[in-house]
Amino acid sequence: MTVAFWILALLLIASAIFVITAQKPVHSVAGLLAHFLFLAITYFMLSAEFLGVIQLIVYSGAILMLFVFVIALLSSGVAPFAVGPDRLPKIAAPAVVIIAILLGFVAYAVSREPAVTPALHGVASGPVGTAGVFGSVADFGHALFTLNLLPFEITAFILMVAVVGVILLAGDHVPYVPTRRRARLVESDMREAIVRAGEE
Amino acid sequence: MNGFMTPQSSIWWMVLLKCAILLLVVITTFAYAMLAERKVMGWMQLRPGPNRVGPWGLLQPAVDAVKLILKEDLTPKTADPLIYRLAPFISLVTAFAVYAVIPFSEPGPGNVWAVGDVNAGILLILAMTSIGVYGISLGGWASGSKYPLLGSVRSTAQLVSYELAMGMSLVGVLILAGTTSLVGIVNSQAKLWFFIPQFIGFMIYVITAVAETNRAPFDLVEADAELVGGFNTEYSGLRFGLFFIAEYINMLTVSCIATLLFLGGWNAVAGLTIVPGIVWFLLKVAFFMFAYIWLRSTFPRIRYDRLMTFGWKVLLPVATLNLIATAAYVAVRG
Repeated sequence: MTVAFWILALLLIASAIFVITAQKPVHSVAGLLAHFLFLAITYFMLSAEFLGVIQLIVYSGAILMLFVFVIALLSSGVAPFAVGPDRLPKIAAPAVVIIAILLGFVAYAVSREPAVTPALHGVASGPVGTAGVFGSVADFGHALFTLNLLPFEITAFILMVAVVGVILLAGDHVPYVPTRRRARLVESDMREAIVRAGEE
Repeated sequence: MNGFMTPQSSIWWMVLLKCAILLLVVITTFAYAMLAERKVMGWMQLRPGPNRVGPWGLLQPAVDAVKLILKEDLTPKTADPLIYRLAPFISLVTAFAVYAVIPFSEPGPGNVWAVGDVNAGILLILAMTSIGVYGISLGGWASGSKYPLLGSVRSTAQLVSYELAMGMSLVGVLILAGTTSLVGIVNSQAKLWFFIPQFIGFMIYVITAVAETNRAPFDLVEADAELVGGFNTEYSGLRFGLFFIAEYINMLTVSCIATLLFLGGWNAVAGLTIVPGIVWFLLKVAFFMFAYIWLRSTFPRIRYDRLMTFGWKVLLPVATLNLIATAAYVAVRG
């Protein structure tokens, strides 16, 4: 288990570094995909089966897929994607300092806590998926829809607002035309085009 | 096969052995599913189909494999070499990975007819298939030419759209069964198969499954009249073969899911329990595979805008209503 964890940890860090150092955006996406996979495996190892699967379905299956979609449409694969100036040397030093401070906080917090064994306290362990067991689908759903219903609904509402906003900003502000009339308009346009082609 | 039923099978070499046998079985099934498709389509179109190699054309898959292996492996100059080579493997690996959690027959004492009995089995399958899309979209992008790119963009849009309705149609079954374990879902169908109470969900699943596997009449990804070969236009030789295998294995996967979730899995038809469960399972899967071929030789390809309209304005609302109705029914029944 420990060996598996260290291998996974190395793979996670390596894939994360690949994401930020890759020259082409699609390579970054491939790296991120690998990163999400390793992260999901880490969740599985921690008995958080449902969280791992959701990590795969939502992040890898939906969000990252949109990245690929946009990148494929924008860079169209023929010309190498224009890379901006390499800003890594400039931000490297401040980033290292900030990370060191944050890690220091974490180390301090951990050292103040009494040593906690990795075993989960007060949570039954056993086959994941049955109710009453850590990380099970039933408990997850129950917690989501009872204790945390309000935050859950508010999150959903905020996401919906974002979607409506995007449509408002990006939409082509064409006045609404009912489908049938639009179809008739298209038809008459086509007929005119055919007539014009015939005249020429 | 007795080894499958002994309690020791969680030992690592037993798991490896199961994986090896499963790989062999799935690959062979792929080969003969392909031959069956060509034969059946031939008969439906009043022609004999492949009948030259071996008796009754039965050695055709072997010959096809040799041809694909011997063909030159081309990489276009404009292609992105890394992603171009990676993409077929993403498709194939995710297609195979699903079989780690599919149970093929009733679990015996202390063991299951599967590599692993995962409790979130159906969710894991959904996760793996959603990653499989990357093979198509990255492969089309990395080819560095326009038809594959168009094919892959189409496929991304199509798969993302239909995945929603598919997921919704499956949740109805999960609510009725009260579990996400595939073994549990099949066991809760001992009396009544879920395609009867979940008939709308079943129809939506069948339609979206055809779309998810990019098969006719939803095969816009490789619409040969418009896109040459679609996302795999530039691929040749074994790399093309990998995509091809992945497509058929995905067909097999969705047939297995339909069998497990809607047709009662290994539960016997009309109480004929003399016939072992695995036979029932395979018969039901074979029925779905046949339906795939049937659909392909019956329906013309649907137009792209109609496909999207159908997915978003018909399938998704109906699936949502079905889900709400099922949830309300279960809540009222207690």
